[in-house]
This record gives sequence, C-alpha cells and structure tokens, in this order.
Amino acid sequence: MITSNPFAELSALISTDIMQGYIVLMFILVVVGTVLDMMHKKSAKYFFENSKKQQAAAKRSVGGGEKAGLLVKTVASEVLTSSEFANVKRRISHLFTMYGFILFVVTTAMMIFTPAAEVSATTAQLWHIGAAMLCIGGYWFWFFIRVDLNSEGKTWYKLAQADIFIVSLLLTATFALLWSYTQFNGGKVGDMGLTALFFALFILSATTLFSTVLWSKFAHMFFKPAAAFQKRVTKADGSMENLPMDYDLTDPAVQAKFPDIPEYMGKNPSNMGPGIKREAPSHY
Amino acid sequence: MPTFVYMTRCDGCGHCVDICPSDIMHIDKVTRRAYNIEPNMCWECFSCVKACPHHAIDVRGYADFAPLGSSVRVVRDEEKGTIAWRIKFRNGKKDMELLAPITTKPWGTCIPKLSEVAGPTQEQRDSQLLFNEPKYIRMDDGGLHTLESNGLTMKAGVYY
Repeated sequence: MITSNPFAELSALISTDIMQGYIVLMFILVVVGTVLDMMHKKSAKYFFENSKKQQAAAKRSVGGGEKAGLLVKTVASEVLTSSEFANVKRRISHLFTMYGFILFVVTTAMMIFTPAAEVSATTAQLWHIGAAMLCIGGYWFWFFIRVDLNSEGKTWYKLAQADIFIVSLLLTATFALLWSYTQFNGGKVGDMGLTALFFALFILSATTLFSTVLWSKFAHMFFKPAAAFQKRVTKADGSMENLPMDYDLTDPAVQAKFPDIPEYMGKNPSNMGPGIKREAPSHY
Repeated sequence: MPTFVYMTRCDGCGHCVDICPSDIMHIDKVTRRAYNIEPNMCWECFSCVKACPHHAIDVRGYADFAPLGSSVRVVRDEEKGTIAWRIKFRNGKKDMELLAPITTKPWGTCIPKLSEVAGPTQEQRDSQLLFNEPKYIRMDDGGLHTLESNGLTMKAGVYY
C-alpha cells in the first residue's frame, strides 16, 4: 500500500484537470485567507510599529549583512528545529506535525501534477510517511500535550475554535491513509462504499483546513518566523524589548555594579538548575 | 495596570495558567495563547510575568515604585539564581536596572524534611507555642530574643 499512488487509480474516475484545479483552488484559498487574516488581526501593522519602537530604543544599528546572518540563524533554529518551544514534548510533536505536513502537501502536489506513470514509488512512500508523521505528532499533541488538557483541565473531546486547524489537519491525514488503505485492498471510490466515504471525508477535511485560514491558526506558519526574526534583531541591536540585560555573573564589572551578587552568591556563582520548571504546568 | 500578553511571543505553554494565584490567566479559545480573562481581578503580583519562559507577559508597575507610563520588565533567571528588573521611564532616557540573588543554593536541595521530624509530645501539644518553631522566635527559652542575646550585631545600610 505504502508504495502505491492513490491518485493514479482515482484519475480513472476524476480527471487530473479537476484534481489540479482543486490544488490550485486550495492554494488560492490559503493566500487569500492569510491576507484577510493579516488585515483582520493587523499583524503587519503591529510588526511595523513594533519595529519602529525597537529602532528608537536600539543601542547600536544592525547592518544588512548582520540581519541576513540573523535571518539564516532564525531559519536554521526557530523554523527548521522549532527551537522556540519551551516544552520538549511539544517541540518533538511539532516537528513531527510540521515535517509530516510539508511531506504530505508537497508529495500530494507532485503526484497530482506529474503524469501517473512518472510518479516514483518513493514519492508515494513519502506521501504515506508524511501522513503517518502528521498522525503521530498530531494525536500525541491532541490527547496528551495540548495546553487545554494540561493547564486548563479540559477533556480531549471538548472542541473550541482554536481546534479548527489541528482537527482538520489530523482528519485530513487520517482519512487520506484510510482511503489509501481501502482503495489498495480493492475498494473503489465509484462503488460508493467505505473507500468513497473515506475519500469524501478526506476532501471535506482538506477543504476545511485550507478554507478556514481566517478563523484558524493556519497563518501561524507565516507570522511565527517573522516574530522570531524580530526577537533576534532586538537582541542584536540592544533594545531587548525593554528587558534587562543578560548578565554574566562572573564579570567583575557586573559584580561591582551589583555587590549583592558576590556577597551572597560568591565570585563564581554555580548553576542553580531549574526551579518551578522542574514540573510541567499541569496543576489546574 | 493588569497583565497583558504579547501574542507573537506566547507559545501557549501554560506556565502562567498554572501559577496565577487569582486563576485568571487562561488559554484563548481561538488562538490558543494565554490571556488575562478578568483584568479587574489582577493583583499585578508579577507571578505570571516572572514564570513566562518567553517574557511574553507584561504589566505596568504600581505608581509607588515606577512613574506613570514607564516600562517595568523583569527576567527571573532560575539557573543563574537571580532576578533582574529594568525600569525605563517614558521619556526613554532614565533607564534603571537591578540585579539581585533569589537563591544561594540549587533549587530543591534545601527543602525541610518535615516528615522526618519527630512529632510533638503531649506536653508540646498542650502548650500554647507552635510546634517546631525556630528558636529565634520562641518565647519559652530565656525571654525575649534580641540581636545581642543571639550574638548578632546591627549593620548600617539596607541588607537583604
């Protein structure tokens, strides 16, 4: 099953033009949704104003080359490895979901836009692996890590608007795998059986995922990297978002400025380890 | 002014929800980020501000220690065992920083093992004194404790 292209068999019933049109439509919906989301939340305006505030408070100017370096660091760290997450489990779950989503979306487009005979078994394999990764990361998040469960004490089946994204994403991947499985075992979408049901649910959840960008947190994949980049710039230019400096306690100048440090902690203070962070926040 | 959350900084980890003594920091149903559900009930205790690993929560300081319109931001660094405050006046020129220790020993290493302390005798139970009181505040051992009677001296200035 894992090496078979589920869209190849489907093309007997639904023409590739329709499938390609559907992909283009979903792409347009994401672009329009993101622009509307940006206008509605005024996120671009916020970034612009925040950037002006930060420049006014800057202690040194950051050049173009340095900014490019910071951009590379942001992509390598915050974007590719989701390093912003304070919770390690959430970070791992996010990495599964993120790479699963990318694999799934890219291979879907490849399988639909390439003639069926030219689609390699590896592409189909990656499509299935992507969907499976989405399920692993997504269900782990949904049943165990979600802050609603851990910090708010809510039950896993209590849905809120914030769940549109994760639920539609999970259902898309789940029904895609179920559809592929039943179709591989002889089912046909045209027979109006289980295969047709799973395929219909797959299309329904995928349409929900890509058409609800304005109401879901889909757009976080665009603005989160921008926020992470801005955070790095504030550290580089010394504005620090008005936060205190990150002091080196062993620095004699710091010890002279704040004499309480050497008096109570010694000249070379040891690492005190985690305090409240020794326990996960789950004490609702 | 009560706490507010910078949405782009919050990752919805729930530390503020966990620590808020008024139970008013909650997770938003749309964005799944933290927010203050009832600003009127906020004591401005700074607990959530200090607990947030991303410094995503802000609160304006009381007028008794920072003037109107100033920015009061804090970083509680557990691993260093320090707390750093920065108060920046609204004219942007007066910019003050404070750094102070919050522990001198690694966290969790000096928790009193009360379960291992011998329980009170019947006589102690019948006494008006609290069980296991530190010796410096006990009144049944030579009268009122003073710095002098305990071999301590007063030092000039402010000490913590």
